[in-house]
Amino acid sequence: MTRPKQAARSSEARRQGTAGAPLGSAEEWPRPGSARRGPHPHRVRTAATPLASEPPSRPGLEAQAQWPTRGPAATPLGSQESPQRKAEHVAVQSGAEAEGPAQTSGPAQTIPAQPGHGRGIAISVSELAKRYGDIEAVRGIDFEVARGETFGFLGPNGAGKSTTISILCTLIKPTSGKAVVAGHDVVTERDTVRRNIGLVFQDTTLDSYLTAEQNLRFHADLYGVPKAAVGPRMRQVLEMVGLWDRRESLVRTYSGGMQRRLEIARGLLHAPHVLFLDEPTVGLDPQTRSSIWRYINELKQREDITIFLTTHYMDEAEHCDRIAIIDHGKIVAIDTPEALKASVGRDRVQISTADDRAAVAELAERFGIEAAMREGLVTFSVESGEEFVPRLFAELDVAIRSVSVARPSLDDVFMSYTGRTIRDTEATGADAMRAMAQRFRGRR
Amino acid sequence: MATPTTTEAAASPGSAGAPAGSALTEAIRVAVPERGLRQDLRATVIVWRRELIRFRTDRLRAVTALIQPVLFLFILGTGLGSLAGRGLPPGISFRTFIYPGVVAMGVLFTAIFSAGSIVWDREFGFLREMLVAPVNRGAIVLGKCLGGATVATFQGIIVLALAGLAGVPYNPVLIITLIGELLLLSFTLTAFGVMMAARIKQFQAFMALTQMLVLPLFFLSGALYPLNGLPAWLTVLTRVDPLTYIVDPMRRAVFSHLNISPAALSALAPGVSWGRWVVPLGLSLGIVALMGMAMVGIAIAEFNKTD
Repeated sequence: MTRPKQAARSSEARRQGTAGAPLGSAEEWPRPGSARRGPHPHRVRTAATPLASEPPSRPGLEAQAQWPTRGPAATPLGSQESPQRKAEHVAVQSGAEAEGPAQTSGPAQTIPAQPGHGRGIAISVSELAKRYGDIEAVRGIDFEVARGETFGFLGPNGAGKSTTISILCTLIKPTSGKAVVAGHDVVTERDTVRRNIGLVFQDTTLDSYLTAEQNLRFHADLYGVPKAAVGPRMRQVLEMVGLWDRRESLVRTYSGGMQRRLEIARGLLHAPHVLFLDEPTVGLDPQTRSSIWRYINELKQREDITIFLTTHYMDEAEHCDRIAIIDHGKIVAIDTPEALKASVGRDRVQISTADDRAAVAELAERFGIEAAMREGLVTFSVESGEEFVPRLFAELDVAIRSVSVARPSLDDVFMSYTGRTIRDTEATGADAMRAMAQRFRGRR
Repeated sequence: MATPTTTEAAASPGSAGAPAGSALTEAIRVAVPERGLRQDLRATVIVWRRELIRFRTDRLRAVTALIQPVLFLFILGTGLGSLAGRGLPPGISFRTFIYPGVVAMGVLFTAIFSAGSIVWDREFGFLREMLVAPVNRGAIVLGKCLGGATVATFQGIIVLALAGLAGVPYNPVLIITLIGELLLLSFTLTAFGVMMAARIKQFQAFMALTQMLVLPLFFLSGALYPLNGLPAWLTVLTRVDPLTYIVDPMRRAVFSHLNISPAALSALAPGVSWGRWVVPLGLSLGIVALMGMAMVGIAIAEFNKTD
């Protein structure tokens, strides 16, 4: 089965301008991320609301099979399997083959999209709850994730992130509520969901006594990747994470970061519609973390994939198109990082001046701003830092030596929604434990 | 790759120049097919192959697994032989007598250890990779049992190679018969181990428990002594031990290829008897096969329960 969109998005096709106009215009299909500054009202408990960021239909592909596009109610169970899917076999389409004009438009138009390849909703969750005895790990959450979106679950350890992701991955059953992933119910169509998702767990699930290639081949066979596709696809995912040259090394000899990259490659091997990343960078050094994010971003450029991730790193949440902040098993806020930050509010401006005391007085007098000394700097907050700074220079009599403007961070967002910083909630140093376990594994 | 860490930079020279640029331009589409018998079979095969790959790369394990049979055959066999040899017909050493039992022992630990790797996999996460796959878990359990059986049989074949030193002829028919019986034994033992591994979460606990069970099973199987003329309590215990029903056919196979009198044969390899009735060879092997299949069934049911 081919994915129409990729053919259209191939850089070859773009350069040569060969793609038919309708396909070429698929290039302009705004990913949800591109609409970041768009209106995103807080969407807590609004499963029925269509996503504001839902992409417009792609010309030329409208008549094809689609996912159920409007939430769970529209999902007739078990009816999503199209007959084509059963008959599908090898579907390797290299970039080179797609160069010719005929090929470029060919696969996209002749092969009907399988369920899950229409536009729409990748994940839909309503009233989802999970209870362990007396403990309510997840207390009735609702949200939707659009196709192609990178959606982050942000919250401290024990907030219910892992429970939710485990339910969506069909690893545990919800106590109540409903979750539909890639068009299939996670409880009643477990295997179909599993075929359509990729999983990267918090803790490594590689066989360290096998080579990278053997690990991937194992995965390919378990997921039934067509044999002819295994080689090229394996090369592609390994090159993407920069491990192709190390494919014959035992995983045991890999560093923690390399292992995590290999897991991401493996999670992508069977070209899932939705990739779940449970704390993808936990326990890794900052450099490796940023390289993993680079791979994820590249991946979004290249593949038609929805990414659902959990994290408790604030800076990582910024990579997401939308974020849900979860605390005590409930979603307390859900929106784009920008909108969330905007909802918290004001920019913080710090200036150092020739005469700080005079500056504070003048700010109060002329601008009506209450400023205070923090960290040896005159500090105050304003609605929009960028707009205020030019005025400041023009109107303040005291000479300004330096200025810094800080936008509110997700830390501030988390703080404002939960009343705590995310670090306050880190009770056990689980990160350190995990890093230790990883080192132990590496040594073994 | 813009900012590889130092180790990775050293490890991946020339990746930029690789002629793979075209492959990178667009995703290779993969359609994961419907779950079915073919997929399950493929899963079974790859789980089986993984066992073989790991056995091949772990030579130390093959060597250590050989130590125990060699100790039993040559140290214990020779030492006790000076005492026990008096009861044996001329030309038959005690080593020859215990040889079939020692061959069985050769696969015992390897099979259990192979099954134990499930517990190991669980502790180190790899089991999760297998259990979340969209295949029948039965296919995975079966692959594991077959893998363990194959690996253990290889180990048994190494012990079989020592036949000459125990005064057993290298007869092709005998060797093929023994290999077949070893396969059956290994499969059942691995199934037993996998069944235990479904429930036990710690590797140490698994090893302790299986060792505790395996040694009595071995001692009660008649591997080291004939099954006739035992006290009643021991007779009952040996008949309850499933290993008895595979050690006896192996001994019958070995002794039928030795040049000894029928009287000596019936004294040394009388067959397992229930009361006065001698259990026929087919039934004996059938019991072992049935137990193996039953344990695979239980193991599959257990793995289907856990998530």
